[in-house]
Amino acid sequence: MTKADAVTTTGSRATRILAALAALGVVWLVLLGLVFSPADQTQGELVRLMYVHVPSAWLAYLSFSLTAVGSAFVLWKKSQWWDLVAASAAEIGVLFCGLALLTGMIWGRPTWGTYWEWGDARLVSTLVLFLVFVGYLAIRRIPADPTVRANRSAIVALIGVVNIPLVHFSVKWWRTLHQEATVLSTDFDPKLDDLMLFTLFFSVVVFTLVFAWLLVHRFRIAWLEDQVDMHSLGIALDERRREAELVGGGS
Amino acid sequence: MVDTSLFGQARLVAGKDLRVEWRSRVGMAQVVPFAVLVLVIFAFALDGNRQTLQQLTAGLYWIAVLFSAVMLVQRAFAVEADPGVREALRLSGLQPAAVFAGKATAIALQLVVLEVLLAIGVVVFFTAELDGWGLLAATGLVAPVGIASAGTLYGVLTAGLRVKETLLPLLLLPVLAPVLIGATRAMGAALGDVAVDGWSWFNFLAIFALVYVALGLVAFGPLMEES
Repeated sequence: MTKADAVTTTGSRATRILAALAALGVVWLVLLGLVFSPADQTQGELVRLMYVHVPSAWLAYLSFSLTAVGSAFVLWKKSQWWDLVAASAAEIGVLFCGLALLTGMIWGRPTWGTYWEWGDARLVSTLVLFLVFVGYLAIRRIPADPTVRANRSAIVALIGVVNIPLVHFSVKWWRTLHQEATVLSTDFDPKLDDLMLFTLFFSVVVFTLVFAWLLVHRFRIAWLEDQVDMHSLGIALDERRREAELVGGGS
Repeated sequence: MVDTSLFGQARLVAGKDLRVEWRSRVGMAQVVPFAVLVLVIFAFALDGNRQTLQQLTAGLYWIAVLFSAVMLVQRAFAVEADPGVREALRLSGLQPAAVFAGKATAIALQLVVLEVLLAIGVVVFFTAELDGWGLLAATGLVAPVGIASAGTLYGVLTAGLRVKETLLPLLLLPVLAPVLIGATRAMGAALGDVAVDGWSWFNFLAIFALVYVALGLVAFGPLMEES
């Protein structure tokens, strides 16, 4: 790699526009969520947590789906490009999955009276999903040949996704067959007014923009990292050779 | 004569693994005592309260099985950690699917033996009263198939890595969560601790086992090539 094509930024015109849109959206979302939208009749101010919780959960599922699709392409087409997309999406997914779990717990405490509710199959399977992808990131961090790493992590991701329905149904049967009156049976069905519904919808859009922006940058960094790994040996060799020439010429 | 059938080759691999285990006695000398130790530690943690222990028998039993399974999986791949052994296995011309089936079978068989010993353990330490023998036996036979299949898959994935001891449980245990739930429920039903339909949980365990056997037969080849 010569100095001329040395990369100094992962940004481009498109990502800058995306970033501006996302930042503007976040400002609006904060105003909508905290100032303009009303408090809920039953939940009060707590409903505002939904404007972070719901889009975070959405992003987690979006990211993990993208990782699964990418992993399938890795195995099918041997595509390095998709491998990096899968990896980048998984990283963002773990972040937002953690955020969704955290906000869910904060919301659950005053609403259900408990941080955690084992009876909720979706909650429990989301936790397992989170742990599976933490494992996925762990296996990605292990130094290996890019193709080996790609195949290995693709299989982990796909097994993790196959596993989700099994976890979901087992947790569901586990509790429903147990005949326990779960707090969830008093179904959470808030009457959302128009502005609240719009805010919720808007939050999903804004978070998706943030996701796209993060994904592009993360992908480019991953790509550059791989380039560095591939070329660093060659560059080092060239430098040594040049040194040797200099020394040789001087004598 | 070379046996080319999947079944025959799988039997070869399983036989090899079991023979190694039998001669080294690592399972006998380390995994079984570890499993019993887990039971003892539970008793300490739960204040040695007979009623609590009896109530939680099914769950504690399967946690002991799962932890031991992680050790058995690690062991099954540690025997191939010596230089050249994995290459030899790869060059032996055995089908990867057969290697998977063989290794998983060996682990599953060891787990079944361990389950019997642990059953005696819970009777002795937790004063569990074993009952519902049909369901108990069926669960004890089908759960190890799922555990061993998933374990073998992740075992080969982490086999060549320096961090395998820490990585394997992280990857494997979330995947085995449904087995823990299912097997605990089925055993609880068999023992009469919980009023649920244990056989539907048995069916669930069977589905889990089928899914992971299928995944293993397909995915083991590419994983073995590069571990």
